[in-house]
Amino acid sequence: MDLSYYPGCTLKTKALNFEDSAIAAMAVLGVNLVELPRWNCCGTVYSMADDDLAHHIAPVRNLVRVAEQGSDRVVTLCSFCYNTLKRADLLMRNSQEKRDTINSFMDDEIDYDGQVEVVHLLEVLRDDVGWEAIGRTVKAPLEGLKVVPYYGCTLTRPQGVAIDSVENPTVLQDLMKVLGATALDFPLATECCGSFEIVSDPDAVVERAYAILGMAQRKGADAIVLSCPLCAHNLGQKQAEVADKYSDFTGMPLVYFTQLLALAVGVSPEVCRFDLSFGGVEALLRERGLIPQRV
Amino acid sequence: MSATEGKQNKDTVEASGNTGKLIPVYVMGKRYEVPESLTIMKAMEYAGFKFIRGCGCRGGICGACATVYRKAGDYRLRVGLACQTVVEPNMYLTQIPFYPANRATCDFSQLTSNPEEIFKLYPELFRCIACNLCTKACPMDVEVMDYIAALKQGNIARAAELSFNCIQCGLCASRCMGELPQYHIAQLARRIYGSKIVPRAEHLAGAAAASNSGKYDACLETLMKMSEEDLRRLYREREMEPEIATEDWVPNDTQYL
Repeated sequence: MDLSYYPGCTLKTKALNFEDSAIAAMAVLGVNLVELPRWNCCGTVYSMADDDLAHHIAPVRNLVRVAEQGSDRVVTLCSFCYNTLKRADLLMRNSQEKRDTINSFMDDEIDYDGQVEVVHLLEVLRDDVGWEAIGRTVKAPLEGLKVVPYYGCTLTRPQGVAIDSVENPTVLQDLMKVLGATALDFPLATECCGSFEIVSDPDAVVERAYAILGMAQRKGADAIVLSCPLCAHNLGQKQAEVADKYSDFTGMPLVYFTQLLALAVGVSPEVCRFDLSFGGVEALLRERGLIPQRV
Repeated sequence: MSATEGKQNKDTVEASGNTGKLIPVYVMGKRYEVPESLTIMKAMEYAGFKFIRGCGCRGGICGACATVYRKAGDYRLRVGLACQTVVEPNMYLTQIPFYPANRATCDFSQLTSNPEEIFKLYPELFRCIACNLCTKACPMDVEVMDYIAALKQGNIARAAELSFNCIQCGLCASRCMGELPQYHIAQLARRIYGSKIVPRAEHLAGAAAASNSGKYDACLETLMKMSEEDLRRLYREREMEPEIATEDWVPNDTQYL
């Protein structure tokens, strides 16, 4: 199955471990992620101001690019790109006035009126591939690995774009169980990591990171599984500062769900780029015998 | 550029052998009657303007004579190079000989091909909102927004390729909502691509080393000492590579290879 794929800028720069592992794992599952030949920044954050239409141009232009490819569905990996594209799509579907204004400004493109469905890769895994088929494909079950799922904000909020239950999402847990890992209950699974406060108030992010990382540690997790490069950045870059400030925190590996999926379906660990992951994922997986010892 | 009011230059049109009919154009809001087949630049000179800046090669290469114009009854802003674009009736135009755009200074020898370094030199890159006004403003049909997008994706090679036809006229920067100096960023991308990403041509280094070691000195000396007549004969009788030659074609005389 071919699927139009929108990577987003971060997956091409800081989160190569997210993209490479996803493409390789999906290929094993029979899904070919076909990158759009032309795309631009998703807009990064969905603009909440009611009269600010200019910042919806970027996501809508990407949806136009999908339609230009003759495709009516696009899959994303980055939670932020997913959120921005999906909400821009809903805006274009639901407000005729704003749709007309944006289409009229973008007179260099075809009109967009909701021809494209935006989906997250987790939805493709759950709804298109299916847990059963994934289970059959697993070659190296992640036995003994205890993980907590971390959704952050943008996969399940607001309700209109949620890929799962807003209050109690289970898609990450379900995937981890199929891969043979143990998914622990995590009360902070949908808490905010501090998001773009990292720019204006990094100290606040240290507090957010401690709340989430510390809870994962107390729950006995080996690693946090996530789907957002910004969450990974905030929870990863700030770990040294968190450990300095809170002596009970000793470090927490962060891993993208696609890296564990890839490993479990038999993709080579080199492709998963664990070296780019925060918190010592590589050492953890070696210790558990999930990737070969370095010779 | 300066205007000598009221004294239209009939020489320009006579010199070009043009006897076509006159059409109205509006330069900075003032109406002029100019011959219909002239370029904007020639028409402005015909109308009495004299270019001392904002005019370079007159061949569509240098980017000095960027023009913006509108046509009656159409909201679209149009662009062109004054030396290349032919006047049309009821064009409303002005020249944009220069547009302020800051170029970041750096020690180029210390730069690497890591896109983060471009991000640091031009953080305004991330102010792009993909409005595409830059691309619409490009007289060379460069996909400006797409090369900016490529850079945000860390793809310097793609940015270099997409921006290859840029003539640095500055019209992209003049229209940018995010106030980016696109053409300076693209130039940096091309320089990094050319010097730090494209593989070095190893055979070229070999050829340069052979030349520097004096391999061709004797041949050159022979040529230098030759009479003009012999030199001309040698040139006329030189062996040419056939138009359709296989990759392993070699000349009969291989002493210089």
